[in-house]
Amino acid sequence: MSAMAELFPIELTVNGRRRSLEVAVHHSLLDVLRDDLELTGTKECCLVGECGACTVAMNGQIVDSCLVLAVEADGAEITTVEGLAAGGRLSPLQQAFLDTGAVQCGFCTPGQLVAAADLLARNPRPSVPEIEEGLAGNLCRCGCYVQITEAVLAAAREADR
Amino acid sequence: MHTFAYARPATLAEAVALLAEHGAAARVLAGGTDLIIRLRDGTLVPDVVIDLKRIASLRPGVREEAGLVVIGATTVMTDVAADPLVRRHFPALADAAAVVGSVQIRNRATLGGNICNASPAADTAPPLLVYDATVVAEGPGGTRRIAVDDFFVRSGVTTLAGDEIVTAIELPLPALRMGAAHERRTRRRGHDLASVTLCCGVREDGVTRLSYGSVGPRPVLRVDETGILADPAAPAEARTNILEQLLADASPSPRSMRASPAYRLAMLRVLGRRALATALERLEARA
Repeated sequence: MSAMAELFPIELTVNGRRRSLEVAVHHSLLDVLRDDLELTGTKECCLVGECGACTVAMNGQIVDSCLVLAVEADGAEITTVEGLAAGGRLSPLQQAFLDTGAVQCGFCTPGQLVAAADLLARNPRPSVPEIEEGLAGNLCRCGCYVQITEAVLAAAREADR
Repeated sequence: MHTFAYARPATLAEAVALLAEHGAAARVLAGGTDLIIRLRDGTLVPDVVIDLKRIASLRPGVREEAGLVVIGATTVMTDVAADPLVRRHFPALADAAAVVGSVQIRNRATLGGNICNASPAADTAPPLLVYDATVVAEGPGGTRRIAVDDFFVRSGVTTLAGDEIVTAIELPLPALRMGAAHERRTRRRGHDLASVTLCCGVREDGVTRLSYGSVGPRPVLRVDETGILADPAAPAEARTNILEQLLADASPSPRSMRASPAYRLAMLRVLGRRALATALERLEARA
């Protein structure tokens, strides 16, 4: 087989915007988001689906974008961390991350935010164990788990007000 | 990642024909949570990747038909865990699906992929063995049904032929009441595979089915037909003896980085007792 990468046309909606592009079939959704669409909020880290830094929502379900081929996302609706701030304003969840000190080095934060937003959409009043379960797929090497949990609780309270 | 040709068949016949054409040079893609890792690290270098997710007849989902609950092979763990039919009739399978990986992994990883990958640590394998599941495979010769106990050979190896695709997993609706429970140990929830994964089912006729994985080359099913394990009033020593017999097929590898054989064998007994107790409670609750 030739070394030339096969290109495949796909259409997807990213943060509400329709995009048509040709992707190499062996490129991941993460590669295409970062390199083709220049949405570098989504981070590349472990590349084996363990750390969650590359978490995006695909058709309303969070996935590790390093474990999805871009061609598999053909026709999908994708939300990345860039899609969380509506109209350039931080979401209450994003603000809560800042307020509680849940952002230290910040590398895991985009994935944490997308996973936490997904959790709150499914479960608007999560308990601490439910937050821990919902975010179990997102590692934080700075060890901000307590602050991240506080931020999710604060965002849930804020939404209740 | 090495490059490959990407095929997106629309029908099962097309997928089977592609697999027949390319043979070992082709890999089937369902959820991708195992395959894409191995494509990236170069342990698999297929010429063609055949994506099953646009095949109409393989649409994910769970349905009931003719005394069976049929789970489509491409059904993801999140949906197996949440499905009302699975939860009502096969709660230990729902419990096992709910602890595979993280939310992100469970949203992609499929039931068919979990068994075809044939990891000894596959969490859905013990409940599928306890519930006496059948694997439905489609190949050039037509449809073949394989008892799940005849499916697993060793890590990464099954009795699925190279030109067959798993399309569904069938679970017989229990004719007798059964209480069942899944238990698991892992180093870190949400990330690591199971150090021990185990399922125990107790039937109202006194038969106990015990299955365990991650303690040998393949998940094991052992059955106690004496009724002793199912009888909480039986002498403790007799019950311990039977449990020891059922657990005798565990042979954990000393080379695993996940846990030592001594730890695995000790935890196997703890989880075995725990799952048996929960299974008995659930059987009682179903009375």
